[in-house]
Amino acid sequence: MEQTVTVFSGFSAQDLLFLGEAALRTLWISLLSIAIGSFLGGIFGWVLYESKNWGGILVNPVLDIFRSVPLIVQLVLFYNFAPIVGLNLDAFESGLVVLTMYTSALVANVARGGIESVGRSMRIASRSLGMSYWQDMRHVVFPIGTRAIFPSWVGVALGVMKDSALVSVLGYVELVKASQVLITRTQEPLLIILVVGAFYFVLSYPVSRYSAKLERRWSQ
Amino acid sequence: MIKVDGLHKYFDDLHVLRGIDLEVQKGEVLSVIGASGSGKSTLLYCVNGIEQIQEGSVYVDDVDVHAKTTDLNKLRQRLGMVFQQWNSFPHLTAMENVALAPQIVRGLTKEEAKDVAIKQLEHVGLGDKFDVFPNALSGGQQQRLAIARALAMDPQYMLFDEATSALDPELVGEVLDTMRVLAEEGMTMICVTHEMGFARDVSDRVAYFHEGIVEEIGPPDQIFAEPESEHTKKFLAKVR
Repeated sequence: MEQTVTVFSGFSAQDLLFLGEAALRTLWISLLSIAIGSFLGGIFGWVLYESKNWGGILVNPVLDIFRSVPLIVQLVLFYNFAPIVGLNLDAFESGLVVLTMYTSALVANVARGGIESVGRSMRIASRSLGMSYWQDMRHVVFPIGTRAIFPSWVGVALGVMKDSALVSVLGYVELVKASQVLITRTQEPLLIILVVGAFYFVLSYPVSRYSAKLERRWSQ
Repeated sequence: MIKVDGLHKYFDDLHVLRGIDLEVQKGEVLSVIGASGSGKSTLLYCVNGIEQIQEGSVYVDDVDVHAKTTDLNKLRQRLGMVFQQWNSFPHLTAMENVALAPQIVRGLTKEEAKDVAIKQLEHVGLGDKFDVFPNALSGGQQQRLAIARALAMDPQYMLFDEATSALDPELVGEVLDTMRVLAEEGMTMICVTHEMGFARDVSDRVAYFHEGIVEEIGPPDQIFAEPESEHTKKFLAKVR
């Protein structure tokens, strides 16, 4: 009889630590996929902008797939089909790959919009100063475009962080998976989901505050 | 010297420039006047290689602008250009706006570029605006900033493409004054302009463009007082 008592036990301080660790995993997989995905998305966005014909034909359909198929479906499909083509990825790696591609698909269109936001006359002006294509890109288009799309990009980033919850279906113990474990044990779903929600809030709030601050500084 | 020879330019089916011959000597100020769509601005774009040409040639100091081997980025350092839209870099201060190209294109050190920027900003009367961002400047100030930015490349020629057309009337004067100072300093300039007063007072020669050709060219006294072409007369009667 005594053993069954330990199967269902209440929420303890230890569990908070467990959730904290899970929050770090959420943070880690989100950070990585947002960073790599944004980098790739920037390149895709540039391809979309520069080569309206062939680049669009090649890149657009791929991005459309990642944008329009639900993330949870992508995760399950990729996790199960990757081994067939010889990729033996664990839950974290599979989640990272899918989240990264998903992020890059979202960022690509944002990035293209950013480049487009720098008008032709601005670019002619910098070229007329003798800047090369890449100097213009780096010193004029990139900083101006980045500022223009920053709010949308932050939206994408925060969205990806929340969507990373879906990686739980692969068994990667991030916040949501951890909460499921704890709920099963403690039978206190409301309390635990409340705590998990608070963790997500703690992760995203500083980001949105900091970005609001940056925007204010740039708009001066 | 800028030498334009038999220049033809098409935008698809539109024949914009239909055989332009033109020479601008060192130290000369040429004003180009004419109705909208007569090809004045397109000429400037062909001179610094922003637009391709279909026939003829443009030489800047014996460099064939449209030869495949020409390094346009290098050539453009000799041709400062100021546009209707001033296009200040909004993320940089006035000082950084001017210092950017000297640093990355001319290869000056940060300090040298800063010195150049200070000199040119003072030159155009923005000596008290070093650390101001463009959106805190008026249109006239931003256009003077654009002039300083072009001058910082130490150009031999300045091309002005309707530099005052987008300005509020009360701001036109300060920009024209800056251009006047440049002309007095001996800068070689091609000014596409709708400011007839400026064209008359400052230019050595005035060219009247009509439907893609140079209809009439000569000293301002001649063009404004005794125009020969009927088109020129009509145009001048309209703008007066």
